[in-house]
Amino acid sequence: MAEELKVIVFGLGDEEYGIEVEKVRTIERMMPITRVPKTPSFIKGVINMRGVVVPVLDLRGRFNLPETAPTDASRIIIVAVNEMEVGFIVDAANDVIDIDADTIASPPEVVGGIKAKYLRGIAKLGDDRLLIMLNLSEVLNKNEIIQLELLEV
Amino acid sequence: MDMNAYLSMFIDESNDHLQALNDNLLQLESSPGDLSIVQVIFRSAHTLKGMSATMGFEDLASLTHEMENVLDLVRNGKLDMDAFIFDVLFKSLDALEAMVRDITGGGEGKADVSEIVAALKSIVKGDYKSAAAQPPVNTAAGGPAAGAANLDEFQVSVLSQSIESGLPVYYIKVALDKDCALKAARAYMVFNVLEENGEVIKSDPSVQDLEQEKFDRSFTVILISPLEQSALQAKIEAVSEVESAEAIQLDAESLAQLAKPETPAVPQSAAIGTEPQEEASRQPAAAKAQTAAAAPAASRTIRVDIERLDTLMNLFSELLIDRVRLEQLASEIRKPELTETVEHMSRISGDLQNIVLKLRMVPVESVFNRFPRMVRDIAKSLDKKVDLVITGADTELDRTVIDEIGDPLVHLLRNSLDHGLETTEGRIAARKPETGTIYLRAYHSGNSVFIEVEEDGRGINGDKVKAKAIENGILTAEEAAKLTPPEINNLIFAPGFSTADKISDISGRGVGLDVVRSKIASLGGTVYVESALGVGSKFSIQLPLTLSIISAMLIKLGSEKYAFPLSSIVETGLIRKEHILNVHGSRMIQYRNAVIPLVSLSKALDSPDFDESAEEETEIIVVRKGDKWAAILVDEFIGQSDIVLKPLGSYLSDTEAFSGATILGDGQVALIVDPNAMFQ
Repeated sequence: MAEELKVIVFGLGDEEYGIEVEKVRTIERMMPITRVPKTPSFIKGVINMRGVVVPVLDLRGRFNLPETAPTDASRIIIVAVNEMEVGFIVDAANDVIDIDADTIASPPEVVGGIKAKYLRGIAKLGDDRLLIMLNLSEVLNKNEIIQLELLEV
Repeated sequence: MDMNAYLSMFIDESNDHLQALNDNLLQLESSPGDLSIVQVIFRSAHTLKGMSATMGFEDLASLTHEMENVLDLVRNGKLDMDAFIFDVLFKSLDALEAMVRDITGGGEGKADVSEIVAALKSIVKGDYKSAAAQPPVNTAAGGPAAGAANLDEFQVSVLSQSIESGLPVYYIKVALDKDCALKAARAYMVFNVLEENGEVIKSDPSVQDLEQEKFDRSFTVILISPLEQSALQAKIEAVSEVESAEAIQLDAESLAQLAKPETPAVPQSAAIGTEPQEEASRQPAAAKAQTAAAAPAASRTIRVDIERLDTLMNLFSELLIDRVRLEQLASEIRKPELTETVEHMSRISGDLQNIVLKLRMVPVESVFNRFPRMVRDIAKSLDKKVDLVITGADTELDRTVIDEIGDPLVHLLRNSLDHGLETTEGRIAARKPETGTIYLRAYHSGNSVFIEVEEDGRGINGDKVKAKAIENGILTAEEAAKLTPPEINNLIFAPGFSTADKISDISGRGVGLDVVRSKIASLGGTVYVESALGVGSKFSIQLPLTLSIISAMLIKLGSEKYAFPLSSIVETGLIRKEHILNVHGSRMIQYRNAVIPLVSLSKALDSPDFDESAEEETEIIVVRKGDKWAAILVDEFIGQSDIVLKPLGSYLSDTEAFSGATILGDGQVALIVDPNAMFQ
């Protein structure tokens, strides 16, 4: 019997992505974000999450995808990794599903312009539905941010 | 029973008792005749013994037991305190503290205390004066000696008669199971068994105390019984929940040994009605009244995990945000009932806010109370006479600050003792009182707490400090010549600085003072020293009341709001465009006879919708970092307000220019500008 994963599914561009449900704190509608100057452009700022100040990233910006204006469907997914709480702006949060860990295959080199190291794998759901599982600790890797900052300066 | 559940409580309470023991012993040392203090000490030791025995920390229990024996003799007037006894008791306390520390660190609380125990035993036996701290001669029975039963003349004679007539006398030690639920009931059952099989002469604790469960796991009984030793033991152990029963048959010699501590009491009891006896009987009563008064005060506090308080604070700031929203809604809807209710809620939440903030405040006493003992010990090792005068110990500080302030203060106190105060001969030569005085003061002033360590010692030799600073390359001779005397004194906070000719093991004046300064700075405070040569020195520490709430100036920058800590603001004002000077391409303004740089906040923070270049007159905030000044151009002042400091989260922890964030009344996050970053 293979391991079952409960996954939050969200949309970003034309793709569907997944994050393990235990890493997700909450999913929020868009809310006012306070800009934090002197940070990479994909860091949109900080929000007030019930009294806790939480940074928010635009996941599109993080993956170097073209950024779009938020819509009614846009959501902020708050994840917690390594005692770090961070919000991701995504186009839509769709679903919670169970997937079989065995169906996750290692990712191809490049998926829609996203570097492979950000990805944990790709799960096949039915015939024409692919779910891209994120590797959160890489997505939130701070060393890379510092490099990005150096590039931008 | 899972003891881990009680471990933290045990540690907290043990520390309280150890502190109380320390304080009271110090007090007793200054007035050795006060038996009421001995009573209090005895009670603390007794409780500590009971607690450690219950928790299974046998070494702790046995050491406190020996202390108790000594204290018992003292409180009953059979032993006078002297320097040797004080030293041994203080050593015992140190050993106990070490054990509790070990337990706190996850250890078993085991330690080799045989030397201290031997010293304590020799005090009990009264032979320490002739042969201080010699290992005790083991009595034939071994066990009974540790029991130190108080037998009166009558009991002794009954027992010795039965021994003479061939009826065995047993000293029985009964230990109940660790998790025995009804100890009193079990003790009663044991007594039933004993009384069926013989005659109970004496029990320790008394039968009354046993009935009221005023005992730890074990008690001792002296019994006359025709039974064999092993049969007796078996009968007692047959009672359920009895862990062990140890019966030792006494002979005339071991009986005499047992009775020994009581012998001096015999002539005393014959002299009933004499002055000292009356005195002695009155004093324990007074002590009881005292402890009775103290007890309710102690039980009126509870311990709360600091994390829970943080959670409470967060929840509360949520409530505040909702309150603002409700107020807005009420003003829109304009329904009197609603407005009234919201107003009432606002008042209550205001009161609640005060209480929540106060919950985090702890009297500085919890740090100060370990100093008298420390000063005593250091003074003794340095052979100096010192009075430590503590004032304002009830001054309250935020818990997070309290936790951090101890080490710097220890350092300053050691420094004052070692380098500030002269030796006794030195003081006599300087025509000062032989005993030096160190003042440790705490007090509130405005939004700060001040802590001062002042001593009437030799003071700082400014010339020596200057010479040393030049020698160490901290500054040049020209720079040194320009310094004012206070500035020279404060050089001792420079890293790697020492004016001590010889660095002692206590401290070197200057060695590590830079650590003190950086520690205080990390708490958002400052430290400086004032000194007069030959008169003394005073170290003053200024600390913010709390780390979680600061006073700030809120400002607007276009659509954005930012907060500046008030502590770093020197002045706010207006500057007209034509008063801005251009010096080497950078903008400067005249400020109090000096020319200081002008920093554009909108440029520094890449403001999306504000630019002061079009304004004729712009608001400025003058900030200061050390001796550097700068004027920061902002859009508009919103006003001064107390804000709750929140971290930016570890993802943004390296963000320069900001020291944190706060949540405003409307729920929006405002960043707190770190003015120091404006100087780069």
